[in-house]
Order: sequence, then structure tokens, then C-alpha cells
Amino acid sequence: MHGYFWFVGKRLLQLLAVIFCGISATFFITHLSPIDPVEQVLGRLSARSNLSPEAIAATRAALTEMYGTGQPILTQYLNFWTRLLRGDLGPSLLAFPTPSMELVTRAMPWTLGLLVTSTLFTFVIGNLLGALAGYHPENRFFQAFGLIAMGVQPIPYYIVAFILLIIFGFLWPVLPISGGFAMDVRPAMSWQFIFSILQHSILPALSLVLVGFGGWFLGMRALVSNVVNEDYVTYAGLAGVKKQTIVGGYVIRNALVPQLTALAMALGGVFSGTVITEQVFNYPGIGSLLIDGVNYGDYSLVLAVSTVSITAVALAIFIVDLLHPLLDPRVRTE
Amino acid sequence: MFSVFRDLIRYNIEFAIGLILVGAVVIFAVLSYFSPVDPSLIYMAMPDQPPSGQYWFGTNSRGQDLFWQLSAAFRNSLIFGITVAVLSRIISITVGLLSGYVGGWVDRVLMFINDIFVAVPIFPILVLFYFVLRNNMDSFTLALIMACFGWPFDARLIRSVALGLKHREFTRHAVFAGMSTPKILLEEHLPYVMPIVFSTFMANMLWSIGLEVTLAVLGFTNLNNPTIGTVLYWAISHSAIVVGVWWWIVIPVVLIVMTFLGLFLLAVSMNEYIDPRSRLRRMGA
Repeated sequence: MHGYFWFVGKRLLQLLAVIFCGISATFFITHLSPIDPVEQVLGRLSARSNLSPEAIAATRAALTEMYGTGQPILTQYLNFWTRLLRGDLGPSLLAFPTPSMELVTRAMPWTLGLLVTSTLFTFVIGNLLGALAGYHPENRFFQAFGLIAMGVQPIPYYIVAFILLIIFGFLWPVLPISGGFAMDVRPAMSWQFIFSILQHSILPALSLVLVGFGGWFLGMRALVSNVVNEDYVTYAGLAGVKKQTIVGGYVIRNALVPQLTALAMALGGVFSGTVITEQVFNYPGIGSLLIDGVNYGDYSLVLAVSTVSITAVALAIFIVDLLHPLLDPRVRTE
Repeated sequence: MFSVFRDLIRYNIEFAIGLILVGAVVIFAVLSYFSPVDPSLIYMAMPDQPPSGQYWFGTNSRGQDLFWQLSAAFRNSLIFGITVAVLSRIISITVGLLSGYVGGWVDRVLMFINDIFVAVPIFPILVLFYFVLRNNMDSFTLALIMACFGWPFDARLIRSVALGLKHREFTRHAVFAGMSTPKILLEEHLPYVMPIVFSTFMANMLWSIGLEVTLAVLGFTNLNNPTIGTVLYWAISHSAIVVGVWWWIVIPVVLIVMTFLGLFLLAVSMNEYIDPRSRLRRMGA
């Protein structure tokens, strides 16, 4: 038990370091650049409407106060942290008086729902099939499966999502290709609404599953085909241990340890995949918010999305890491 | 070196296929140096012409000959991928060998930094860079930023090999013979990690080109510079499929799939070759 606490403490320290460094990076990237957010917003405002010089000066003063860009950079940095800890990153310009954090929290459930289900599904199915394929290398079905996985796996997210869009949007239009739910359904806890959400999430989720699946399948197959030849597996087989016990308890369990590490490492990439998927299928999640924010020049919204997503990915990695000792008892007793 | 290459082609069908695919794409990309037109200019040809004898890949709605356009795009993307791969390989070799050989607190500090870099999601960071730099972000800046994030996983792999090399006889001999640490790392240990470096080189190129496509398709790079991503960006912003200019989408997608599949097969087969158990199984020994 002592070892487990050590392990959790070390990971916790690392989690805090990651969040601190990531958020500091977002601050310094945005604040050390020569581009002033105040001037950018002013440029956008004056391009669309005819403002008097007095109004521009007043707006500039108000914006400078709002962004706090007049102060030295260290003061700004400290202010940024105090505001962030209160969950306040200023109003969004995209939907003006709404705080940008509120926009992010509104979009978060969509992204989380899509991401968690598709990642879990991909991980479980990919590893299970990969393990079976590694255990039965002569099976024709799994061999064909491996070829397909190898062909699909390296294709970037965007291309897969786009091909799905063409197939189900133009060639065989059976599934909704855009939005989070149908326009004519009222968001409420009704079966109709839930059904609409599920129906709309099929294609985005499918694109994520298709891209992610191959990696787990191929990785697990390679791992299992090496573990199968280990002495302890041969010995267990000779000793008459049941085949299910060997596959589940000896082979898969041992091969799953590196796969869990790989899952923690892949999460950042999975997040960037979701951004694309949301953009392609016009899904109302945090990725679409990020893209809108960048296109509109919405400073506080972009900052809010990046800080939240860095924190979320770091937390997810932390949770996956905590699962490690369940599989690998050495971590517990170390 | 040459015999390794010969073995790979003879015993590893994946390697041979990957080599052919990547070779074809590289030749296609090199052709751009003989291009009769400047790929950044628009309205140089009749727009929306289907593939024909004159325009092999057709022309797009911006009046560009797609053959030369794509050729330049693949050249730029491949150069971009190689730049990122070389830069991040330098970082990962330095960090990996140093932390594996020196050990102690150097190892702990380097691996702590390493773990932070693994966990920070790069995509929001890249978008932030685009957000503040806008069109000042050229492909070398982008390559530099990506290289800063593309090394940690491979550094860990190299470190694990270096840890094993540290206690081998020849390292001790080198130390007693008075070799300096940098010299031991470069002359004694580097050759052992070269296979990993090659295999991760391909994987890294896949990663960086894929990320560039992603950014460009969203419009988050310099759109006047032809790359794989910007070709797709323009095709989508002109609604090529809806208008019926299918070749503007289909031909790049086919070429992209060829490139990615080829690089992936090269990376996977080299990776398999590194592990002597799977190598021997394949050779039937």
C-alpha cells in the first residue's frame, strides 16, 4: 500500500507540473507576441462600422483595462493565474457579454461524450481483437483484419472523416452529417432528443473509431505474439492451466501494460482528432469553439479553450496512469 | 548497412511495398523542380478541366494545373516532414543518450521534462501560435515548433537502449581508454540506436505531415504556400465535390494515402527488424 501512495504522489506532482507548464506556455505565447489583442479587436470593429476617433480611443482604453495589457508582463502573469483560479478569463467577443468560460463549459459535455465513448470503445475492441489475432496468427479472418487495419491506420483523421462525409452525405445519405441534434427537436430529457443526439454522433464517433482502432489492433497483435512465446506461457500450457486463464490472465494482462502507457500518450493526439471531427461534422463541441474563436480573433475564448483542454488532457492521462497498478502489481509493491 | 537493406527487401514484403509507394511519391515530388509553371500563381490555365492529355491530373477552379500544383505541394510537405524529423531526432538522440548514459539526477531531470512534453497536447499550442503569428508563420517556424514537441517519446526509447549499453564491456573499455563522454556517446553508442532513429524518423514524418494537413485544412497555415494540406483546403473551400470537380479531391487523397501508407509500412517493418525475435521468425530461422 505504501508503494501505491508513493506512485500516486509522484504522478500528482507530475500532473501539477504539466498543467502549470502548459498553461504558462499558453500565456507566454499569447502575451510575448508582438501582436496586441486590443489593436486586433479594434481593427475588427472599425473594419465593420464607422467609429468616431473619440469612440475608438474610449474603446481602446476599455479594452486595455479588460485585457490588462498596460502592465508589466510579470504582473499580467500573476493576474492571469489569480483570474484563472477563479475560473474567469473575461467575456468572449464571439457572444459578447457571455463569459468565455461559460461557453467552454457549455461545449464540454459534447466533446467529452464523443471522446470518452469513442476512445473507450476503440481501446477495448481494438485490444481484444488484436490479442485474439496475436494468439491465433494462422486465422484467415484475423489476417485479413490486420491488412485492413494496416491500410486504414496511417491515414490522417481529416481524410477519414472527409471520406465518411462524402459516402454518407452524397453517395448514400442515410445519416445526419451535421450538428449535434436535429433542428426540430427541443433539447429536453426526452427519448426523441436522446435518439437524435445518438443518431448525430454516429458519424463523428465512427471516424474516430476507424482511425484509432488500427493502432491498438496492430500494437496488441505484435505484443501478444511476443508474449505467447515467453517461457511462462509455455510452462502454464504444459502444466494444464485452462486456455481461457492463460489468454486472459497471463497473455492479455501482461501485454496490456505497455498498451495502457500508450493510451496515456495517445490522449493528446486523440484530442486534436476530435477538433477536426467536430469541424467536419459541425459538432457543437469545444473544438468547433476553438476554431470559431481563432477565426473571429476572440482572445479570451481561445485562451479559455486551450487552458481547459490542456488541463483536461493532463487529468485524463493522470487517471489512466492510476489504473496502471491494477494491472501491474510491481508498481504497488515497489 | 547495404546488407540490412537487401535483407529487408527480400524478407519483408511490407518494406518493399512501402519503399515502392514512398519512392513513387518522392519521384513525383522531385519533378516539381522541372515545373514549367510557378505553383503559387493562379489562373494560369483553363479552370475546371478534367484529366486529359494536356493536363494529366486536370485543372482546379483556381486555374492551376493540378499535376504541377500537387508535385510542388508534395515536395513542400515532404521537405517539411524531413525538417521536423531531423530537428526532433537531434533533440531525442541528445536527451536519450545523455540521460541513459549519465543517469542520476541528470536522468531524473531530463525524464521529468520529457514526461511534461509527452502530456502537453500539441494541437491547442499550435493553434495558439497561429492565432498570434497569423500569416507570419512560415513552414520553417511551424517545423521548429513541431520539432520541439516531437521528440519525447523517441527520447525515452533511445534512453532504454542506452541504459543497456552503459553496462556493456566495450563501454567500460572506452572509459578506461580515456574516451570523453561525448565521444563515447557519439562513436560507441550512437550506432546502436541508429535503427530506432530510422524507424522513428518515418513515424515522426507521418505525425508532422498529418498535423500540417490538419492545420492547413482548418485554414491555420500560410495558405498561399502549396502543401498537401493547402491543396485540400482550397478544394474544400471551392466545394469541389459539390461542383463536380471530383479530380481535385480524389487525386490528392489517393496520393496522400499512398504517402502515409508507404511511410507507415517503412516504419513498421523497420521496427520489426530491430527486434531480433520477430526478424528471425520472418526469415524462417
